[in-house]
Amino acid sequence: MTIDNSFYLLGLIVAISPAILMSLLGIRSLVGRQLSERATAIATEVSVLLGLSASLCILALMLVTGERHVEIELGNWVVLPLAEHDFHFHLKFVFDRLSVPFTILSFVLCGTIGAFTSRYLHREPGYNRFFVLYSIFLLGMIVSSLAGTIETLFFGWEFVGLSSALLVAFFQERSNPIRNGLNVWVIYRIADAAFLIAALTLHHLTGEGDFSRLTGTGPWPEGQSTLDSSHAFFVGLLLLFAAMGKSALVPFSGWLPRAMEGPTSSSAIFYGALSVHLGAYLLLRVGPILEASFALSVIVVAVGLVSALFGAFASRVQTDIKCALAFASLTQVGIIVVEIGCGLRYLALIHLVGHACMRALQLLRAPSLLHDYRSLENALGGHILHQSTGAWFGIPSRWRLWMHRVASERGFLDAMLQAYIVEPFVSVFRICDSLERKWNDWLSGAAPGQQTSKDGDTSSLEEFL
Amino acid sequence: MPELHLPWLEFSIMLPLLGAALVFAAKDPIRARRICLVICTATLLCSLGELADFASLSTFEAHDHWDIIERIFHKDVFVIDELNAPLLPLAALLCLLIVLSTLRTKASRFSFNLMLINEAILIATLSCRDAWVLIGLLVIATIPVWIEMRARTPSTRVYCLHMALFAGLLVFGQTLVSLGATFAGAAFLALAGVLRTGIVPLHGWMTDLFEKATLGTALLFVTPMTGAYAVMRLVLPIAPDWALQSIAIISIITAVYAGCMALVQRETRRFFCFLFLSHSSLVLVGLELVTPIGLTGALCVWLSVGLSLSGFGLTLRCVEARVGRINLDQPHGLYEHMPALAILFLLTGLASIGFPGTVGFIGTELLVEGAVTVYPSIGIAVVFAAALNSIAILYAYFRIFAGRKRAGSYSLRAKPSERIAVLILAALIVGGGVYPQWGVASRYHAAGELLRHREVPISNHNEGEVEQHSQFAPAGSDAHSHPE
Repeated sequence: MTIDNSFYLLGLIVAISPAILMSLLGIRSLVGRQLSERATAIATEVSVLLGLSASLCILALMLVTGERHVEIELGNWVVLPLAEHDFHFHLKFVFDRLSVPFTILSFVLCGTIGAFTSRYLHREPGYNRFFVLYSIFLLGMIVSSLAGTIETLFFGWEFVGLSSALLVAFFQERSNPIRNGLNVWVIYRIADAAFLIAALTLHHLTGEGDFSRLTGTGPWPEGQSTLDSSHAFFVGLLLLFAAMGKSALVPFSGWLPRAMEGPTSSSAIFYGALSVHLGAYLLLRVGPILEASFALSVIVVAVGLVSALFGAFASRVQTDIKCALAFASLTQVGIIVVEIGCGLRYLALIHLVGHACMRALQLLRAPSLLHDYRSLENALGGHILHQSTGAWFGIPSRWRLWMHRVASERGFLDAMLQAYIVEPFVSVFRICDSLERKWNDWLSGAAPGQQTSKDGDTSSLEEFL
Repeated sequence: MPELHLPWLEFSIMLPLLGAALVFAAKDPIRARRICLVICTATLLCSLGELADFASLSTFEAHDHWDIIERIFHKDVFVIDELNAPLLPLAALLCLLIVLSTLRTKASRFSFNLMLINEAILIATLSCRDAWVLIGLLVIATIPVWIEMRARTPSTRVYCLHMALFAGLLVFGQTLVSLGATFAGAAFLALAGVLRTGIVPLHGWMTDLFEKATLGTALLFVTPMTGAYAVMRLVLPIAPDWALQSIAIISIITAVYAGCMALVQRETRRFFCFLFLSHSSLVLVGLELVTPIGLTGALCVWLSVGLSLSGFGLTLRCVEARVGRINLDQPHGLYEHMPALAILFLLTGLASIGFPGTVGFIGTELLVEGAVTVYPSIGIAVVFAAALNSIAILYAYFRIFAGRKRAGSYSLRAKPSERIAVLILAALIVGGGVYPQWGVASRYHAAGELLRHREVPISNHNEGEVEQHSQFAPAGSDAHSHPE
């Protein structure tokens, strides 16, 4: 077997193993024949180990052969022969210095979380649902990591978004997780819309969405964008917007603590470790586009800086350990974005990998840490006192109180979005709805609210039985 | 014109009519349901046979073997072509799924014979290419719905006023076209088409229909998008580009408005109505862009939205059959009681917004790309409307299937017939998403042929004309060497 064939085969295994897991769990759930807990855990382990082993083999082969950019061509998923330029949805996976570490990181963390959750959710009613969503997330992460075209990246990106929102709402019999899941979904969809427009604009400008053409032909992190400065600014701004939504950068930070409503394992893997870094990964992947416009790089640095400061500020006063960790994550993601904006891509990648591993461990440890803390306090016979840092002493107490309030209300970002966007939106369209009803009532000559049909509001449960 | 090997179209139209007579004679609703099921299955098989037969001919259009109407009137009234070939099985499938998802306990309250008559009219409408016959069928199709509404509600005035206006506009417009006033006639016909599609502010009849008719009948009347079909048959061939693109602008406003309205609805039927309206307007946007890629996207989205939102509506119908009309103001927590329906609800909803891996994904991408090419702002608005719809879908999912623990001592799980419907839809949605090339290529070819068969110049500007012709090069054709 030649080296190329080995790369191809191993690349296929990396991409297909999560897809098979998702198909298996999804189809079984759809037909109402769910796998047992044990079988689900085994299938997950096999899939992750297979993918991880194949990725490690690829890494070893790349190191041995000196190849730094391996493309796995799966051909065109869809192709339409237009004369100007073909429309095609090209399926291509790329193994390079960026995607290989991120793929290995995804497999390692997902594998750890899979093993953890098979015990953590043992005999919970949502066990199967968790693993179906987990498999969608895993597939999304792997496809996003390996994507060789912007359309393929969008494909994985959407899978990650859906599974994340549904996992936030995992405890679906309570109203808070549902509200928070919807909140996450709204932010993701707005960010995804920006991503889609960016992808199509790139497609429109260059005729294709292949990263190797968009960001230069050299292996990552080399290469220069083929876009001119103004196009790069516009497209880059859209991509930054998409990354801001996915990585919870300011002003979209509100969803990150809300996401902690899900099970601890999903909080650890999705919002603490992988999902929250996906925005940063996107910025790393399109780095040459950011570099093509100085103004854009400045904006990236500014967004990262503001997010890091906000995360550090808000995390100081959180009373819930998962929320404190969420804001600590935001601080680090902000710093990673600053590094990307400054062009320090290797540093950003190393920072990203290290932070993801540490944060996943911290979040997994969080529930038992509290337990240990209580045991320690019981042994000591009182609370463990924390001393304030000296930096705050020079600030007047009124200001400190005000800052504490701003931090504990998370900068009033959610409140502002609610007051200035959501409420006016709902009010305006509720008025439109009311006017439409009045118009229909007037046309039909009926008194308001008297237009229901014969089976109007009758419950048919008894009839069904 | 090439002939099919069998009279598939005539079978597809006559079978439901025969079935309606049999159902009318059957006194027992359970027996009526069974007959209806058999007839709808046979009709679906005929329409699939028609599609396979047509595909084997490799032609743009064909008519029935032993075409009686053609022999009597020397006119090709019922024709299968690249536009309607997949729409006919889709309509037949929708009818079958409606019957499959009608519980036996509901059989006494659902009019199967009217449904079969609706099916015959629907298939005849979608097979028809003659302008006056098509107008007649579009007008007749409004009558069974009115009969049902009349039996259920004290006032059908909103529906009647709109449908009377629709009929009047169609007749007046076509008369003007026949008299040679093509542009004015096309304007009236287009107005009729947008009224039937529910374009704002002429959409009041649609919410009224969903509130007053049975959900099955409302779905059958609305989801095949016969308004868009009328626009394709009556307006597209004769209207200039700028006029069509003006309709696209009105449609995109409707798509965004309806997406916003879906987010604030308190009743599931009105919610579904606005959601559908937003999607059907997006289809109309693509159809009116008059570019190969935009039209291809619209034709793909037409099929995917028809399939997915029919499934979405049928899921709602199944839920309603168990718990009555659903109020979106409060959570219902039905997931534990009906997980299969919850999954289908989410799957069909996601397919309708073009979620990756589902049947609508590539179509939506093409539609946005087509829109961006003509008017970048419309492309952005299409994406925005899709985002609004996706938020609305998850909002409704959480409201209906989550949010609280619902106690219940009886099983509300899907019945075997509903489970079959769920699996058929899921297979089509995911199958079309995993292997989209065949469907997309077929719609692309259809789009090219439709643009070729337009009687007006493709663009009013000469340079645009050249550009558009050269843009289109269908797979396997010799368009590169003979750009018409």
